[in-house]
Amino acid sequence: MSDVALREDVDRASRLGGAADTDRALRRFTERAVEEGLVDVAYASTDSPLGELLLAATPQGVVRVAYIDENVGRDEVLEDLARRVSSRVLEAPARLDDARRQLEDYFSGRRPGFDLPVDLSLVAPFTDRVLTRTAAIPPGQVLTYGEVAAEIGHARAARAVGNALGSNPIPIVVPCHRVVRSGGGLGGYTGGTHRKEHLLGLERAGAAPARGR
Amino acid sequence: MLSEPAEVISRFRAAERLLGVPLPPFQTFLDRHADELLRFLVATVGPDEAEDCLQETCLAALRAYPALAPDSNVRAWGFTIARHKAIDAQRARGRRPMPVPEATDRPTVDALDDASAWAPLAALPPKQRAAVFLRVAAELSHHEIARVLDCSEEAARRSTHEGLKRLREEMA
Repeated sequence: MSDVALREDVDRASRLGGAADTDRALRRFTERAVEEGLVDVAYASTDSPLGELLLAATPQGVVRVAYIDENVGRDEVLEDLARRVSSRVLEAPARLDDARRQLEDYFSGRRPGFDLPVDLSLVAPFTDRVLTRTAAIPPGQVLTYGEVAAEIGHARAARAVGNALGSNPIPIVVPCHRVVRSGGGLGGYTGGTHRKEHLLGLERAGAAPARGR
Repeated sequence: MLSEPAEVISRFRAAERLLGVPLPPFQTFLDRHADELLRFLVATVGPDEAEDCLQETCLAALRAYPALAPDSNVRAWGFTIARHKAIDAQRARGRRPMPVPEATDRPTVDALDDASAWAPLAALPPKQRAAVFLRVAAELSHHEIARVLDCSEEAARRSTHEGLKRLREEMA
């Protein structure tokens, strides 16, 4: 028997038509890994009107929401999480079910905001204060960079507030889009201003009194 | 002065080497290696127990992963863990014979072929079975096979050789 034929036979023996299935084994493995508390960062992808979103959560809460597009790839986001949080990063969509459902409801106008625990361990203390204040802005309303700065006791730090919001690892859920420029300008946004506009439009529509719909 | 981009990049790479390249996300390990680990387990413990063994392998790998040196041979590391889980399964099974899939369980023509392909491999002693798969299907070096089987390179070479010889005889 030739070596090529032998290789093919060994190869075939190890593939045994569907008797054993990698995906099924991995689904069960992922459930067990979550049950045993071995998953430090669980992630899932979800579609939204603003494109693909990558959601990641630690046992403390949502740690990352990333717009996946031609500028930012999944691998890049996951590698960053592996480096900064833990290498135990696993695709475990069930852990993100609640977040995905809330996002879906939010984008379809069924809920104004989010009721999700967040993990801000990726951010520096100043950014933490900015984001915590920002998280308290009700849907449909906006503050200016200067107003947020003043409220956290750094009245002249509007630019630093802008930078802090720009580094928000949990956009949409922590609504950095609700902070705009004084004088009516939209200001910048991590995912691009078209996304900021979309989110603010969505929230304005939700906050407006329903008129004979 | 760091003026040229190439120079900046090379300095960055040097710093990265110094600090150690970070481990990729564990999911990357699964994406790259889970399929071939399952095939290794099918070849060593058989199709019926391979899925359970893969689960155990991945759990053990996930537990140990953060302590892994980033420049490790991750592929050989994965096979090594799978090999340990295969041995555990073989011990748990005790002296029961290797299950050979019944042709009657598998209605398709393909599956009949599979069952007949499995029998000669199942007839080999476990270590030779592992060595043959690692050499022929996974194309590992004898050095890597020795690591996975926890034996000398010479012993790995011997297991592969003996296993292949018997397979050739049985399949002839």
